[in-house]
Amino acid sequence: MIEVENVHKSFGDTHVLKGITTSFEDGKTNLVIGQSGSGKTVFLKCLLGLFEPEEGQICYNGQFYSELSTSERRDLRQEMGMVFQGSALFDSMTVEGNVMFPLDMFTKQSKAEMQDRVDFVLERVNLIDAHKKFPSEISGGMKKRVAIARAIVMNPKYLFCDEPNSGLDPKTAILIDNLIQEITREYNITTVINTHDMNSVMEIGEKIIFLKDGFKEWEGTNKEIFKTDNEAVTNFVYSSELFKKVRQMYIEERN
Amino acid sequence: MKVKCTSLFLFLWLQVYFWRMKYLEAIGKYFIMVYEVFKKPTKWPIMRSLILKEIDELIFGSLGIIIFIAFFIGGVVTIQTALNLNSPFLPKSLIGFATRQSVILEFAPTFTSIIMAGKVGSYITSSIGTMRVTEQIDALEIMGVNSLNYLVFPKITAMLMYPFAVAIAMYVGILGGWIAAVFGGYAPSGEFIKGLQMDFESFHVTYAFIKTLVFAFVIATVPSYHGFYMRGGALEVGKASTTAFVWTSVVIIILNYILTQLMLG
Repeated sequence: MIEVENVHKSFGDTHVLKGITTSFEDGKTNLVIGQSGSGKTVFLKCLLGLFEPEEGQICYNGQFYSELSTSERRDLRQEMGMVFQGSALFDSMTVEGNVMFPLDMFTKQSKAEMQDRVDFVLERVNLIDAHKKFPSEISGGMKKRVAIARAIVMNPKYLFCDEPNSGLDPKTAILIDNLIQEITREYNITTVINTHDMNSVMEIGEKIIFLKDGFKEWEGTNKEIFKTDNEAVTNFVYSSELFKKVRQMYIEERN
Repeated sequence: MKVKCTSLFLFLWLQVYFWRMKYLEAIGKYFIMVYEVFKKPTKWPIMRSLILKEIDELIFGSLGIIIFIAFFIGGVVTIQTALNLNSPFLPKSLIGFATRQSVILEFAPTFTSIIMAGKVGSYITSSIGTMRVTEQIDALEIMGVNSLNYLVFPKITAMLMYPFAVAIAMYVGILGGWIAAVFGGYAPSGEFIKGLQMDFESFHVTYAFIKTLVFAFVIATVPSYHGFYMRGGALEVGKASTTAFVWTSVVIIILNYILTQLMLG
């Protein structure tokens, strides 16, 4: 579980995060949504420990990040998995090499044990015949799956995803969303996803936080987002005609 | 008029101040980077394979161009020396002597380093810079890897082999000079070799290798700095490579002067 308490972050005169307080539970897919420039990425980087908040606390399963020593922070980082927007695969390594990298770096497992684990996670993300391929030789959806495999290979407690389905077709995007949700539940991971994708919000948003101008404007579930009267949320989520109609139908059905 | 002059002076003073601060900040950041490179080392089996890969890429991959340039530079030095020694009172052995001194003291260590700053430096900046723009460095950081140690340390270690490349450049440069002298008809082989052996000071070779080691460190770290701290996209990677080459060359030339003054002056 991650608890965030009154987090503030500024860059020079720009106050990006203005007192965010929330919590992310284990085994749930938590989504952070908001317009570009609302502070989502900075918030995610604060959760990852890449940025340190000027004010406020972030607590990982009872451990306050600001109170940890450098080595304890490093150990904590090894409990985190991250799926980047652009996948961030090491392009000089094969798919197998990418997934094996954290094991090779941080464990004392034998080559055979590491190979078994890599085969297992690649199979888990439905990538069976891509072991020896380089990132440049696989599709965007496959890259995301390799990134997920790399993120979960060390059995992380926390999984962070920055727009995991950006640039993917709707079908592949749903597959990636479902895969992240399945993995979250299966391994009881605390997952935080930054997204713009409203399909993801509706499909896997077990907890949704809406950021606006650095403030937490709203929080709730994908069921509650249909009912909310918060104007900023409805303007953002239902900005497309399709979603406006879906919401209208939902309200009519409810009445 | 007086107010205008004062504001212009103030404006110029502020420009110089901020320019100076920018460079001071960059120099400070460079030394912090160098310190970080040696902290929290990567596991030895992984580091060993990275070092071997970099030796192959940075040193063996550059031998061809080093040999090619050294050979022809040696030849050119010989021809130019011969053409300027047109007094019948000057022995032909001086051609060999001048070639040896020029190649060992300057051309092999410094000229080759400038070439390496272009070839190896741009490779280092662009490879690290591309990793930066594609978030691969962020991925390393999040995994808990000391990305500077992982990326830069193998390059510094591989560049410790650079004096061997310069030794080859010295040999090939002198060989190029001998071929130019003998086959160009500027000096007989015996005279040229006599000049090569004349007043030989082994400290000159030591000086050249010490210089080479310092340049090797500069060639590995200055481009790494420009790649690691770059921001932007593909275009900025190209710009960073050019900037890295310019700064590496500038640092090499300044250090060349300082080291020469300290060791030979």
